Amino acid sequence: MSTKKKTKKTKIGQHESGNKTAYAFLAPYLILFLTFIIIPTVIAIGLSFTNFNTIEMPSFKGFLNYVNLLTRDDIFMEYVLPNTILYALIVGPGGYILSFLLAWALAQLPKVPRTILALIFYSPSMTSGVAMTVLWKIIFSGDQTGYLNSWLMRLGIITEPVIWLIDARYLLPIVIVVALWSSMGVGFLAMLAGILNADESLYEAAAIDGVKNRFQEMIYITIPTMKPQMLFGAVMAIVGTFQNGLISVQLAGINPTPGYAAQLIVNHIEDYGFIRYEMGYAAAVSVVLLGIVYFFSTVSKKLFQEKN
Amino acid sequence: MAGYKGSNINPQKFERGQLKIIIAILPLALFMLLPIIFIICHAFKPMDELFAFPPKFFVSRPTLDNFTKLMKASQTSGIPLSRYVFNSILVTIAVVGGSILLSTMSGFALSKLKFKGKFAIMEVNNMALMFVPVAVMIPRYLTINVLGLTDTYLAHVLPLLAMPVSLFLVKQFIDQVPDALIEAAYMDGAGDLRVYFKIIIPLIKPAIATSAILAFQQVWINVESSNLYVSSEGFKTLAFYMNSLASANNTVAGQGVAAAAGLIMFIPNFLLFIVLQKSMMNTMAHSGIK
Repeated sequence: MSTKKKTKKTKIGQHESGNKTAYAFLAPYLILFLTFIIIPTVIAIGLSFTNFNTIEMPSFKGFLNYVNLLTRDDIFMEYVLPNTILYALIVGPGGYILSFLLAWALAQLPKVPRTILALIFYSPSMTSGVAMTVLWKIIFSGDQTGYLNSWLMRLGIITEPVIWLIDARYLLPIVIVVALWSSMGVGFLAMLAGILNADESLYEAAAIDGVKNRFQEMIYITIPTMKPQMLFGAVMAIVGTFQNGLISVQLAGINPTPGYAAQLIVNHIEDYGFIRYEMGYAAAVSVVLLGIVYFFSTVSKKLFQEKN
Repeated sequence: MAGYKGSNINPQKFERGQLKIIIAILPLALFMLLPIIFIICHAFKPMDELFAFPPKFFVSRPTLDNFTKLMKASQTSGIPLSRYVFNSILVTIAVVGGSILLSTMSGFALSKLKFKGKFAIMEVNNMALMFVPVAVMIPRYLTINVLGLTDTYLAHVLPLLAMPVSLFLVKQFIDQVPDALIEAAYMDGAGDLRVYFKIIIPLIKPAIATSAILAFQQVWINVESSNLYVSSEGFKTLAFYMNSLASANNTVAGQGVAAAAGLIMFIPNFLLFIVLQKSMMNTMAHSGIK
């Protein structure tokens, strides 16, 4: 404590209390952060080089799991990877652009309608879980008592009920729609707040300088002034997209999904990890997933990060 | 060019120009809202309306049948519903309280204190914003096993306490607290702990509210811990029970119960967000990654 007096002649804002108290403040967070985020990630990387079935000790296999993933795993190459790419491209950038456009539109409304609409858009992101999936199952129920079937038949669009959640043609699109439905989460709120916080004089100045319409204004003023929020929103969108992949198994009711129609990379991990207990292989797939997320986040950073 | 005055961000009152926007987003708002209205209607439908053909979207004679059935279902399963409710409340309070404490303490240190390794820690935490929990389901399960946390309340709580997003938002918010204020307190002889409790905490209430919402949303609907880390029924949570009820009741009669279960899980989340949304928007204004 006596050292504190000596170091009080600090630069403004950075109080030097010696490292000790700062570490004491950080310690609880850091310990749990290490235990449940860093160490599991390191273990995943470690296990990915082994053959681990949870009963015997893992044995070292080098890059065998990765080689098998790329050359031997037909299901991964034929279904999981294309499904994941299609799903991620639509739900990721699609959901992100949609969140931004909605935030932008809402920012131009007065407080009360804006808050109500924001609540409507944000609500679905609070509903995840199997209980909500059951409701989707009722809507997409495969016989004529299903809501969607009943509506479409009454409108004369289809004559026979469609088995939405079993038919390989429809399962993935349905998963994408449900994922988009629940994609307006924290990132959406961040972007809305970012637009609302913009300096109004910038907009006035831009109008004087010849910005002609809302679109130009969005490109030249809105987006550049809220790049940091755009980046936060992008990272949240990427993480949310992959985390949400679990709904395809929830909707189909089984893992693997019928005909692997909506098998996504997270379902593949669950399939190998908790159904087949090939944990080494599942870990390799996890590492690939983390790599994909890291790659896309880096791309977003390149797009939005301000250079110092 | 002539009439364009720049769009009016955050207007004070309603103007006719705003109608265009409302009309444009209304269909989408309806699409977002329909499933929520549907779950509410379905939860209150009596048996004959659940079986109605052609199926009806809205409820015409609402009853509480589905909710009473849901209560009765737990009586037959051996574990009373109150046990799951108790477990969930306990775990939720622990996670929300704990993660607020952890995020604000470490946010304070990272924002206002000077020490070695600060930027490295911030950098790692920013990387962890990209963390996808499902990717490490297996190692997490192994870690919890090794630590001997299986079948304890701690298995529900500890994995969720360190939330990188929450720390990030809280730290950004604390950055807005004027340094002069803190300097003055140190001059008056206050220690770090005192500054944390008397200056930081009262000034960052919006960030605390946001942290609370984010933690609540994670823990309240979390079924992973009940599925993987806890095998004895008595330690499982309401979310798990509701989900198992919902997935077990795949019959038409069970759909009403499933909807009631879904609604019960949704309502607390929804109410909390309504109460705290102002604080949350306030925090989100500082959410940018620079």
